[in-house]
Amino acid sequence: MELIVEGVRQAGAMLLAGDPEVWQIAWLTLRVSLAATCISVVIGVPAGVALALGASRLHRFLIGLANTGMGLPPVVAGLWISILLWRYGPLGQLGLMYTPAAMVIAQAVIATPVVTGFTLAGIAQQDPRLRLQLLGLGASRWQLYLLLVFEARIAILAGVIAGFGAVVSEVGASMMVGGNVKGHTRVLTTATVLEVGKGNFATAIALSLVLLLLAYGVTVVLTILQQHGRRR
Amino acid sequence: MTKTPLVQVRGLRVTRGRHTILQIPELDVRQGEVLALIGPNGSGKSTLLRVLALLESAPMQYWMDGLPVRLPAAGPALRRQMGVVFQEPLLLNASVGTNVALGLRLRGLGRAERSRRAAVWLDRLGVGHLFGRRAHTLSGGEAQRVALARALVTEPRLLFLDEPFASLDVVTRQPLVEDLGRLIRASGTTAVFATHDFLEVLLLADRVAVLDGGAIVQLDVPRRAYEAPATERVRELIGATRAMVAALPSSARTPSEASP
Repeated sequence: MELIVEGVRQAGAMLLAGDPEVWQIAWLTLRVSLAATCISVVIGVPAGVALALGASRLHRFLIGLANTGMGLPPVVAGLWISILLWRYGPLGQLGLMYTPAAMVIAQAVIATPVVTGFTLAGIAQQDPRLRLQLLGLGASRWQLYLLLVFEARIAILAGVIAGFGAVVSEVGASMMVGGNVKGHTRVLTTATVLEVGKGNFATAIALSLVLLLLAYGVTVVLTILQQHGRRR
Repeated sequence: MTKTPLVQVRGLRVTRGRHTILQIPELDVRQGEVLALIGPNGSGKSTLLRVLALLESAPMQYWMDGLPVRLPAAGPALRRQMGVVFQEPLLLNASVGTNVALGLRLRGLGRAERSRRAAVWLDRLGVGHLFGRRAHTLSGGEAQRVALARALVTEPRLLFLDEPFASLDVVTRQPLVEDLGRLIRASGTTAVFATHDFLEVLLLADRVAVLDGGAIVQLDVPRRAYEAPATERVRELIGATRAMVAALPSSARTPSEASP
């Protein structure tokens, strides 16, 4: 109990003092996770629409794949991205291993199925006659897709929130492809693991509080956006 | 003088698996007329309506204004001259104003002009006060009036209505049928509507195509189909309506006597 109280007290002091290393780590965490989330939206939303509108056997197979991907363990994603980016791997020449870019790629791989799955669910639950109605109102094919996305916006934003939540909190993939290099690829989760390993509970608690605040802040913004969408 | 029909369809055949569910060798939709498609469930009237509205593809020859239409390539452009209302209002989760303005937005009109026209058509359908309401808070009758405003706001040359009153109770339905009839006449819009209620046919249509088993078994002015049904099936369909017509006020519209 004493450990916790002391840890929280020290953590508070550290945060108030504005430790530059903590803020650098937090800033990198935010940038990496937001970039990965943006990529997952760019890929996941169109993929979800395509999967929701198709009915072939291939579509059904891909839907199963996307749904499985929603629960993809970060360590598995990290492992495969590592193998690809490894110096002697197929994409080794890009020199991305142990860089923030590698972490963005790995996190995008984790978040994309989440966004795809939510988009798919949001559009699949719409009345199938809505498509005919929108075409009947003069929508072109692309206008139809945009309107279906608009109509599924609450589900899609739930997917974005879930996707961001998954990547900002994961440690396995960031550790494997980023390497937790101080000042370069260290993010809040990997730093927390490291500090716990070293026995610096106060620092670990401070880092975890920053992570919670950051996750909360971004989620609040996305939630406001989502609830605004509900009232439109 | 014979005007070129607005739409001409020849050799239409729709199949599902090995079954032919619709076979129409020939059908014209005349300029400015209201054509009713009536038939029991599964007779193919909704399928025919979707095919005519270019929302479902089928092997056929299709002419508009006497010109052959190459499908599906020309479909999207032609659909912009059409409007569609289904049995369910199918409104987007947005305000009523946004919903009604949608067709104009899809055609690239500016926001101010969209809103102005949406307000005009909501007024014409007697629901101008709903402009700012959220679509999902409307009653069934209100929502269907909004759906009609949404289809009419683009001032389509050809309006398709697929059982637009079937989900409404009688009290809500009657004034809406009358309002719609008035608006279609006033604008000179050509309309095709599917129904299984011969009363609506008598109130709204210039001609009626009676469908049974995927074929048109009678195509005539409503009064003649009503008085001299071509088949036993048509007689059955009309039989249910006779009792109701007897109770109809004399102010109800007299069906047109135009030749079929």
